[in-house]
Amino acid sequence: MTEFKRPDGRKVNELRKITAKVGVVPNADGSAIFGFGDTVAIAAVYGPKKMHPQHAQNPEKGTLRCTYNMLSFSVTERIRPGPSRRSQEISKITEWALQPVVMIDEYANQVVDVHINVLQANASTRCAGINAAAMALAQAGIPMKSLVSSVSIGKLDKQLVTDLIKEEEDWEEGEGPTDIPITLTGDGKISHIQLDGKISIKQLREAVKLAEGAYQQIHDAQVKALKEAASSEQEIQASSAKNVGGEEKK
Amino acid sequence: MITSDLTAERIREYLKEGKRFDGRKLDEFREIVVETGVSKNAEGSARVKLGKTEVVVGVKMDVSEPYADSKDEGNLMVTAEFLPLSSPRLDLGPQPFESLELARVIDRGIRESHYIDLKKLCIEEGKKVWTVMIDIYTINDDGNLLDAAGLGAVAALKDARIPGYNEETGKTKFGEWTDKKVALTKEVPISLTVHKIGDSFVVDPTKEEEDISETRVTICSYNGIVHSMQKGNSKELSTEEFNKVLDLIEKTEREIIKQVEKI
Repeated sequence: MTEFKRPDGRKVNELRKITAKVGVVPNADGSAIFGFGDTVAIAAVYGPKKMHPQHAQNPEKGTLRCTYNMLSFSVTERIRPGPSRRSQEISKITEWALQPVVMIDEYANQVVDVHINVLQANASTRCAGINAAAMALAQAGIPMKSLVSSVSIGKLDKQLVTDLIKEEEDWEEGEGPTDIPITLTGDGKISHIQLDGKISIKQLREAVKLAEGAYQQIHDAQVKALKEAASSEQEIQASSAKNVGGEEKK
Repeated sequence: MITSDLTAERIREYLKEGKRFDGRKLDEFREIVVETGVSKNAEGSARVKLGKTEVVVGVKMDVSEPYADSKDEGNLMVTAEFLPLSSPRLDLGPQPFESLELARVIDRGIRESHYIDLKKLCIEEGKKVWTVMIDIYTINDDGNLLDAAGLGAVAALKDARIPGYNEETGKTKFGEWTDKKVALTKEVPISLTVHKIGDSFVVDPTKEEEDISETRVTICSYNGIVHSMQKGNSKELSTEEFNKVLDLIEKTEREIIKQVEKI
């Protein structure tokens, strides 16, 4: 069988270049930027803080609230600013993807807000958003069982591929495109899965396996970014401690 | 009203033994009743009952401009409204998120399976096409509105005939119909939802069961070919569990297809 050709020359199971950075919004309690190639999402976490409006408070446990939004100029044809039916659904999906790992039960009546914005879109925006959100939550010090890592598995005609780009989402040959965004938790469980397209149940099972393969690379990039941020924070703390110590000597 | 902890515990115990309160097996639907032509002024309509759950679905059509990326295709719009009359839990005011989600999940199932032959709904390329509006209303919510709505949408589409079109004015002749039906393909989007309750997997939950469902996976498929899927709620699924969900879908799909073929 001849090698399957992807428009950008990647191998079938090759991710785009990952960018991951933590601490990109100084005002936030935690923040991160995550990119798959040209798809870039930024996430900021505020909280735990008192839930407003009051009637939305849950006296039994803390609430995770995610808001996904695409900037109007993040796509080729401008999208109308403000929430859409699509963005409301993705916001909820993101909450569901993160809830299994976020341990905020003890923050009764409080909310942890996660704001996700897509700066630039070239498919897989919800996956990039979820990845950024997981990192931002970790940086904010929200207790978590693990990170989550999200990737889109695609089927172009009959071929399964990892990490779709827009051009592939619009695949016109053969059976056309199938898009399957999948989010996995640290213990390898599925916390989010969606699908659009045409695929047999048998191949769908394979797609989930393929996501497991991509998981490690994304997870590693997230951890690396978090570690880098933590060590630079330590350096700052260490140097300021030294300064304080120096003053005491005087 | 909301399932109590005690009832929840009992439901889980029953399920562990493969039993349900109403005597059904875990992979068994309630009685399915589908009627079409339930609202005269609609292009097509249907009422679906799953046990005590009931939805009505109507199809209306109107002439409009095509979207720029599909100049020779008709448009599809799906909306859902959870009527306050259908449950003591619903109030006037903004719709719950589930209503928006339901509409979007049904929309994707129909769209991705290409069930409606949208190319046949083009009147004049780039200028005039038919827009098919599928509106779903809940009449009584006793769980599994999603699958009821999916079945209702298919039934209403099968029932739909194209309205009259005034070529001079380019407008729809409301209240007049041609004898042409909306062109449908073979790939019927069968919507099936599997719920995880405790360690058990069930289809077609009652409201009581749905209340304690930890996660659900809705799949629109036809003969083992999946066109759309959505996992709802926050409980994670291991790969083995996910494969169990798929097994259950494969097993129950036959039954529902039989029902659809009767419409």
